[in-house]
Amino acid sequence: MKLFKSLVIVFALLFTTAGVTFAGDTLAKVRAAGYIKIGVNGSVFGFGAPDSNGVWKGLDVDTAKAIAVAVFGEYKNRIRYIPLTAVQRFTALQSGEIDVLTRNATRTLSRETALGLNFVTVNYYDGQGFMVDKALGVSKASQLSGATVCVLPGTTTELNAADFFRTNGMRWKPVVIENTAELSKAFFAGRCDVLTSDISQLAGIRSGANNPKKYKILPDVISKEPLAPAVRHGDDQWMDIVNFSVLALINAEELGITSKNVKKMLKSKDPKVKRFLGVSPGNGKALGLDEKWAYNIVKIVGNYGEVFARNVGPKTKVGLERGLNALWTKGGLMYSPPFK
Amino acid sequence: MTEAKVTAESSEVLKPPISHAGIIGWARLNLFNGWFNSTLTILILVAALQLIPPFVNWAFIDSVWNTTGAECQQVKGACWSVIPANFRLVIFGFYPAESQWRPLLAMIMLVGLLLYSKNRNNWGKRLLYIWLFSLFIMGVLMRGGLFGLQPVESAKWSGLPLTLILSFFGMLAAYPLGVVLALGRRSNLTGIRSLCVVYIEMIRGVPLISLLFMSSIMFPLFLPKDLNIDKILRAQVAIILFTAAYIAEVVRGGLQAIDRGQYEAAESIGLNYYQTMRLVILPQALKIVIPPSVGILISAFKDTSLVVIIALYDLLNTSKSALSNPEWMGSSSEVYIFVALIYFLFCYLMSSYSRRLEAELEYKSTE
Repeated sequence: MKLFKSLVIVFALLFTTAGVTFAGDTLAKVRAAGYIKIGVNGSVFGFGAPDSNGVWKGLDVDTAKAIAVAVFGEYKNRIRYIPLTAVQRFTALQSGEIDVLTRNATRTLSRETALGLNFVTVNYYDGQGFMVDKALGVSKASQLSGATVCVLPGTTTELNAADFFRTNGMRWKPVVIENTAELSKAFFAGRCDVLTSDISQLAGIRSGANNPKKYKILPDVISKEPLAPAVRHGDDQWMDIVNFSVLALINAEELGITSKNVKKMLKSKDPKVKRFLGVSPGNGKALGLDEKWAYNIVKIVGNYGEVFARNVGPKTKVGLERGLNALWTKGGLMYSPPFK
Repeated sequence: MTEAKVTAESSEVLKPPISHAGIIGWARLNLFNGWFNSTLTILILVAALQLIPPFVNWAFIDSVWNTTGAECQQVKGACWSVIPANFRLVIFGFYPAESQWRPLLAMIMLVGLLLYSKNRNNWGKRLLYIWLFSLFIMGVLMRGGLFGLQPVESAKWSGLPLTLILSFFGMLAAYPLGVVLALGRRSNLTGIRSLCVVYIEMIRGVPLISLLFMSSIMFPLFLPKDLNIDKILRAQVAIILFTAAYIAEVVRGGLQAIDRGQYEAAESIGLNYYQTMRLVILPQALKIVIPPSVGILISAFKDTSLVVIIALYDLLNTSKSALSNPEWMGSSSEVYIFVALIYFLFCYLMSSYSRRLEAELEYKSTE
């Protein structure tokens, strides 16, 4: 078995160096194992957290499902969720403990280079903002001078807030609390005037308030947080698969294909739709996947709009508007290259 | 003698004055026997009156027990509804819902066996076999894959079962390892002694958190890419190594407390080193150190909650996860009280058992 494996790897190397596409290291390994190891968050509701039955739910989780569906045609029992902390997440990827990281990680230059990671297409554009009690009468962040600010320690949130106040020459008093639940409690109890965090989180926290209407999120966004799935350096084929799994969600929405109408769309005359759903073959072979991979993703997981609405949309507890995450045709940033 | 007789006959039997008997007497004797204690008593009474009624109001009178999260936000008191609503997540974590009877059964078996083993009359070879057999059954229940049980990978083990696994096996393996280390540290062989000293001092010199970090973050980087050691196993090993070092120092204290005469007596009747230790020294030394070693085992039990920082979902972390849902975000106190009660229950059982064991052994030795 070992001999066979090493033979496969040697052949794989031979073929890839010869410029012929052939199953790369990770894909072969994932196929042999029968499941993908996915690093997830575990405590961000709406993005990656277990529901009350212990079933994983969230935007990042659905992204992981799309990847599993692309590879296996289904996700049930094909994903091993590995909850990771902010500190662990990148080493887990480097050491091979996970194959893909979908754990609301911000794409940055140093992470791409020094840490040896490749981020793929962004699946959520986030940014840090401020939430205040409406009674405070503040309408923009520049009025916050001298405020006490509740903030989570570590990560980049605290740093961004400090930078923001310093560059604007304002005084602030940080109240640092380790965990989100405690942080929100402190804010609602009036221990601080302002709560700062990623806007996606602020919305979720606000929905847990006694009276959500009492609080408002200021329009200022003080940092860019493009959250994207990541893979290791050195396996381009695997990166393509992960990348286009995310893009398939977006492209499906662009083409107006949903989980409900995808079957009908198979009969569409539009060459773009035909290529996307594998009616005119080519895409699947190029990625080393089944020709139906994109069809399966839309059928089983849905398009990006559906995924967004299901996990974090206005009708959920998190209650986020699409904002930057709308399609480019609707004033957002979600844009997919052509699938041809 | 005669004097005593005279006084007994001549004096009437008087009742003690009311200020020295009954509740008043007791209170005077224990609570108000001096200005310092009287002040303390009054202060504590005032504090209790300030704190207890609001707590009772919050926890029992104004509280709700079975509502949705939205209704909870309208209530002034405690929202205990968060517990039934998230019970499965808090207790079993990610274990597949349809198979949750398996960890439940395994936990009941474990607790039942521990209770059975409490009675010293049951100790013997038979008990050992029962334990081995039950551990096997519990393993099969958790892992599945045999007897038609659906396999459940260890990444899904979480909640209370994970806490119990980490602490139970942590203690089980750490205790003997600690004893061996303690003996090694007192060995005459320089190599063994210095090895044990270095090990014990190194482990005691770093916090458990750093060991857990090493095991979960650094260690995998040293391994070849294809080799992955289970995350729970790595944390388990870290906990064992950590606890063993502390046990070792406690046991060493016990060994030092044994009189030299005991060693010499054992030697003089021709016992070799192993016999001396097994028959004479360790039984006495380990008995002496029951209270401090139980202290360490209890803190080891509580320390398992530190696996939060390497994203293992033990009891505390699954409750945190339940709280990340905005619906229940405001109910953190209730959830933490619930978790604290579970921890208290286990720790209290451990310490009460240790007190009983101590008393039993004490009685025998004075016979």
